[in-house]
Amino acid sequence: MTISDLKQTVPDSVKPKINWSRIEEADDFAKTVKLFRQGKYDEDSFRRYRLQHGAYGTRMTSDYAMVRIKLPAGEIYPDQIEKISQLSEQYSIGSAHFSTRENIQLHWVILEDVSEIFRGLSEVGLTSREACGNSVRNVMCSPLSGVCPAEEFDSTPYALATARFFLRNPMAQNLPRKFKFNFTCCEKHGMVRMVDVGLIPQIREIDGLSQRGFKIFLGGGLGNRSFVGHQLEDFTPEEDLLYTSIAVMRIFDRLGDRKNLARNRMRYLVNDMGWDKFQNLVFKERAVVRATQSVITQLEVDKTPNVIKRPIQISNENGGETIPDGYARWLKTNTVKQTQEDYRSVFLTLEAGDITASQLHGLSDIIRNFSSEGMARSGFEQNLALRYVHEDDLPRLYSKLIEIGLAKSGALTMTAPIGCSGTTSCNLALTNSHRLAKEIQRKFLELKLDEDDDLSDASIKISGCPNSCAQHGIATLGFFGGGGRVGKDMYANYQMSIGGRSDGDTMLGQTLLRIPAKRIIPVILKVIEIFKANKKSDDTLKSWIHRVVNGNEDSEIKSLADIKKILEPLVIPPTIEEDPDFYLDYGSDTSYHTKTGKGECAA
Amino acid sequence: MCCLTDSGKITTDVDTLRSEIRDKSVRVIDVRREVDYKQDHISTAVNLPLANLLSDDSPERVLKLVNSMGIDDETPVVVYDDTFGALASRVAWTLEYLGHSDVTLLETTYSHWKSLGLENDSALPEVQTREHSMKLHPEILATSDYLESAKTRDDVILIDNRERLNFLEQHIPGAISLPYRTLASNDKILRSKEDMKRLLDNRGITGDSEIITYCGSVGTLSGLAYYALKSAGLPNAKLYVRSFKEWKNLEKPTEKQEDANYWDLSAE
Repeated sequence: MTISDLKQTVPDSVKPKINWSRIEEADDFAKTVKLFRQGKYDEDSFRRYRLQHGAYGTRMTSDYAMVRIKLPAGEIYPDQIEKISQLSEQYSIGSAHFSTRENIQLHWVILEDVSEIFRGLSEVGLTSREACGNSVRNVMCSPLSGVCPAEEFDSTPYALATARFFLRNPMAQNLPRKFKFNFTCCEKHGMVRMVDVGLIPQIREIDGLSQRGFKIFLGGGLGNRSFVGHQLEDFTPEEDLLYTSIAVMRIFDRLGDRKNLARNRMRYLVNDMGWDKFQNLVFKERAVVRATQSVITQLEVDKTPNVIKRPIQISNENGGETIPDGYARWLKTNTVKQTQEDYRSVFLTLEAGDITASQLHGLSDIIRNFSSEGMARSGFEQNLALRYVHEDDLPRLYSKLIEIGLAKSGALTMTAPIGCSGTTSCNLALTNSHRLAKEIQRKFLELKLDEDDDLSDASIKISGCPNSCAQHGIATLGFFGGGGRVGKDMYANYQMSIGGRSDGDTMLGQTLLRIPAKRIIPVILKVIEIFKANKKSDDTLKSWIHRVVNGNEDSEIKSLADIKKILEPLVIPPTIEEDPDFYLDYGSDTSYHTKTGKGECAA
Repeated sequence: MCCLTDSGKITTDVDTLRSEIRDKSVRVIDVRREVDYKQDHISTAVNLPLANLLSDDSPERVLKLVNSMGIDDETPVVVYDDTFGALASRVAWTLEYLGHSDVTLLETTYSHWKSLGLENDSALPEVQTREHSMKLHPEILATSDYLESAKTRDDVILIDNRERLNFLEQHIPGAISLPYRTLASNDKILRSKEDMKRLLDNRGITGDSEIITYCGSVGTLSGLAYYALKSAGLPNAKLYVRSFKEWKNLEKPTEKQEDANYWDLSAE
């Protein structure tokens, strides 16, 4: 008897082009942890070492770490997903977490097991090296790069080459602070003005010849204080990409503030110095870099196109295709057409970025069976994109996603909020922003708000503290956590901001008012109600709010103050006797109190 | 001392078991449910569902079961399940406790055995009752009373084999977390000896420490851990067979990871 006929054949996995790992780092980490535990390594040096290798601290304990696995340009292959599934069950909590910066995080890992994770990652070519600490963090790229109808060329190979150049590069091991690159496809899909270095691909025609290059934005970023980045020059040709990157990093390395950890990201340097002066310095430094490289230093950009091959489909045993309920809704709110005819990119929304080990396992087979490029791309929104799915395969893909619980609709709408990890694992968190994001998603999907076209381009982002891990500053409706108080009773309370955006008209949200955690859902619904009552026919929530924020709205609502006035009655705290639940944060059955430990961003 | 420790042999590999079956030199025990066993099982295997054993695992009863399966003191026994080796481990440990010296675990699960296309059928083997002796091995058993006093000693390590979130929520004070999933590798119920040693060594689980394992309720996951420790050359292991369920029922002290909402990170 043969067994092969019991199993469906799964297409071979596409293998990653780049091996980011180094197995010797696993042994070294294991040894270093032992030395640290024996007291032969001081606390500060060990923390620096740990962060440099991608292991972050955990809330209220030094026994556990969070391992942040980098996905340069967001690329992840089926065997890698399978391995992360296994590692999450062995060393973490049986779930993994997709971050907003194209990392996958494993939480609540015992410090002594971190090296075992490194070992597992090296089997599939992944690393967490320089995912934390004062280094070049994961180099991001739009999940639509290469398939976006609005892009001039695919910036993915440049993002990968940049990641490769700086990973383990001595010049990037001890910067004043972390340093981030975001590549994008086009203005709309990028986050280029909210990062140290943001890049949009551009083609310039000179004498009938077309030349590749980038629009580069410098000195943006979200945090306790956020700034919008400045465009360096009209056009930076591709051969200047690396020189410009090195020049900017050298200036930051030399002049960045190494003392005041609370304000030492490059955006503060740019702000303190003034843009014109900084810009000039970059031009000068770039000339020096260009002239003094002892050998010609260039990025190794691998422009060989990925093989696009539709996986062979096993015909449906039952004959006729039955399309499951909810397909049309899912197709509309989770997929986008690609430049390439007959193909779509499919976005999977994960509740606040969380996915179970068994879902990861199922997902790896789905990628093998449905993506003609044989891999997936993680996105900016704690989500994942399966690209190059043939139109004809979409109904079957949807059925398969239902089977593993990954077919939630609304991935590309306001009903997929971002929530940082909050009090589930972060030392700095004041509130359970993570659970709140899940609650909002569940409620809004139940209300079918994902089907409302007026809401599709708006966003909700929730951070558990004033630092901006969830990027609340660029959300249509942004929230960051803190504590509120009635007499001696405390409750989770969020500062709400409104009108933030990260596209070509990037701006930071305007502070509106504080909303108790348990009132956030009714407040958002109220904002939608106000909008519906006052909108013009072709308005979306985002465009309407944009007008209000800029003082251009002529309905009853003329300013944010008018919105605030309507919301104020909703946020008045009841007494603890009237509503005890109000005083409990989401996911908690004991009374709320703020408690934080030491942050490590600055370490 | 039983031969498990003497020879260091914890698992039996697939090829060895096949040839032992051909030679009729082994008693194979399938510990899955009766309905699954009746459908098909490794050729010549007898059935001892774990639930049946647990309904009364007093030595007297276990002795009767062992006799009825045709096992005497000299019979080599191989146990298997389809639950990553945890149920098989609990049965193997019970035999070891009774004083049976030659019991090992099949290195893989029944599903994997079947997927390799290896011998299986639905035939019920004919079994001649045998006489086994009873020489209990209390040194591999930990009771709650024993655990309570042992915990205070420096050379005792207590290991919790439940999943991480359960551990964070509640555990026996002083325990360290080693989820059962950590013990296996791909198709094998246990990692290779070298891998297991490295993992344990990183955790400081080495040398001559006495090690006590426990899990949620009946000593299955921790039974697997018991064998994992032995496979890594750490013979001084005990199974707290009544595990956390009994500990809680006895209202003994527990510990939790405070001030963090880790459950909300799970996508379950």
